[in-house]
Amino acid sequence: MKATLDYILHLADNALILGQRNAEWCGHGPVLEQDIAISNISLDLIGQARSFYQYAAELKGSGTTEDDLAYLRDERQFRNILLVEQPKGDWAFTTLRQFLFSSYQQLLFQKLTTHDDERLAAISEKTLKEVNYHVRWSSEWVIRLGDGTEESRSRILSALASIWTFTGEMFMPESFETTSGIVVTDLETAWKEKIKTSFAEANIDAPENTFMRSGGKKGIHSEHLGFILAEMQYLQRSYPGCEW
Amino acid sequence: MKSYIRLFFYGDIPGQETGGAPAPQGPKNDWPLWEVFIRSKQGLDHKHVGSLHATDAQMAIENARDVYTRRQEGVSIWVVKSQDIHASRPEESGELYDPAADKIYRHPTFYDLPDEINHM
Amino acid sequence: MSVHDLEKHFQDTIDAEIKIEPLDWMPDAYRKTNIRQISQHAHSEIVGMLPEGNWISRAPSLKRKAILLAKVQDEAGHGLYLYSACETLGTSREETINDLHSGRAKYSSIFNYPTLTWADIGTVGWLVDGAAIMNQVMLTRTSYGPYARAMVRICKEESFHQRQGFESLLVLSKGSEAQRAMCQDAINRWWWPALMMFGPRDSESTNSDQSMKWKIKRKTNDELRQQFVDMCVEQVKLLGMTLPDPNLKWNEETKHYDFGEIDWNEFWQVVKGNGPCNLERLQARKKAWEEGAWVREAAAAHAAKKQKRADANAA
Repeated sequence: MKATLDYILHLADNALILGQRNAEWCGHGPVLEQDIAISNISLDLIGQARSFYQYAAELKGSGTTEDDLAYLRDERQFRNILLVEQPKGDWAFTTLRQFLFSSYQQLLFQKLTTHDDERLAAISEKTLKEVNYHVRWSSEWVIRLGDGTEESRSRILSALASIWTFTGEMFMPESFETTSGIVVTDLETAWKEKIKTSFAEANIDAPENTFMRSGGKKGIHSEHLGFILAEMQYLQRSYPGCEW
Repeated sequence: MKSYIRLFFYGDIPGQETGGAPAPQGPKNDWPLWEVFIRSKQGLDHKHVGSLHATDAQMAIENARDVYTRRQEGVSIWVVKSQDIHASRPEESGELYDPAADKIYRHPTFYDLPDEINHM
Repeated sequence: MSVHDLEKHFQDTIDAEIKIEPLDWMPDAYRKTNIRQISQHAHSEIVGMLPEGNWISRAPSLKRKAILLAKVQDEAGHGLYLYSACETLGTSREETINDLHSGRAKYSSIFNYPTLTWADIGTVGWLVDGAAIMNQVMLTRTSYGPYARAMVRICKEESFHQRQGFESLLVLSKGSEAQRAMCQDAINRWWWPALMMFGPRDSESTNSDQSMKWKIKRKTNDELRQQFVDMCVEQVKLLGMTLPDPNLKWNEETKHYDFGEIDWNEFWQVVKGNGPCNLERLQARKKAWEEGAWVREAAAAHAAKKQKRADANAA
């Protein structure tokens, strides 16, 4: 079974939008070494996005390019989850989000390395190496901040309270996932276990009985995406049909 | 005292009271300094490539990976706290140097002085 | 050993092209001057991330976005190599950064100019990195070991920076009318500031004779600037663009390009802090540092806790 175009776009959009958000730290990180670390992760995500967009472009055909997909689709056509478009917040929010998302990506790509779609499997295998690092790096930060100072603890708890509502969407199946042979609900238990271990070390607890926001996969986004795309796509929209 | 080197990078930016900290007081809140040694994939030895700040060995290795290896695969990274490195001095003049001079940096906090002289 | 003997040994070492290392005896002036210059260089790399980082979110293609992010990240790395080299001389990262934030330490004035359009990014890569490279090769032979080694590393990574900048402009120069106009406009705004990067005229530079005598500085400000002009005049032709200097003319006798007078008033104003972006650059760096304080403290606190627990377990 081959992956559908929409599914590949969903994977690409997730990576691009999160890459875009993380890149906002470049030049503004809390310490030089970490500035480099988060930029590295951003670069990885943009690289992932490109791999997926290039595949999607081929699936679409008619001379479509990766940039056509990234720069000329509008808000209602993007398929990323709400989690990745939220503002970067402070270092607690950024690292926590990275941890929650990368842990999901890790489980997902592990599954996808054996997918029938060879291209998807190949991209997943390559991406998994980077994602493993993202999980490691971000989990350490969650622990540092949860088990650091009073202030860092209060910030990570604050971040947790505001972010948890966006975590459910990762496991809500969308038609393009099912049609591509991916069962996201299967990943949820493993994900929760994974999160629990690091949370324990950070001395924090996952919230329970939270209403879960969704819609991103369907193209119904939060108001943030509009601004992200306006900034990101502006040159291509202002100077249509140009080479860069 | 003569100037032994001058800025010729981006021309000479004349200072009023530029940089050049006076007698160092030691870092207040800096994370510890670590030295990084990398062995490339085809290499035989670990070579010293520079230093960085990190709170623990794990962070130091990750930072070293990000900064000094550009995420190349198959490289081996060693990190050592700078204060734990002792250096030999080829041209010794024994009586001139005290035992703390076997540390690799000029940094005053590399030398464990008794509390009484903490404000040196 | 008397101070006199130490000085002689120090000078002999330099003359023999042997590097001075962190623990070697060195005149205080040598130490201070190195701290100033290395840290100035480091600050330039870090502040330099800002005008370019500005356009990461708006880069017009995924490829350009990735390239720009990689370039800016490189600059952070370069800053890191240099702060590390500086630290070997007895300052701490925090002190060095405080000097930057307080205005005591300077950074290259070129970064006090704004990147107003996408073409500015290519122009900065072409002209600013181009000027930097001219100096950097020489710096790999500087006498202070850690600085020289940092420069070798930086040089290896720098060539891609200039190339990607020029290539970006080449694409614009072959593009639409609006793109070509954007390219020319950026060159018009960055040319003179780029020339100012080489510093004051030789006649107004201090200590020129001494550094020439010790063969550390191989070329003067004016010589480097001339070399840069000659190179760029040829390169700009490939872009089909012009440099904003009506006095640019080939001199058959000297075999160099004569060029117009730099606005030295602007140069000194920007050095003094009255450039277009001095305030914003410093504010951005201060903000990042101040807002990052809780993060740095938390990480240190956690490491301490971990250590305590480990010690307790070992006991």
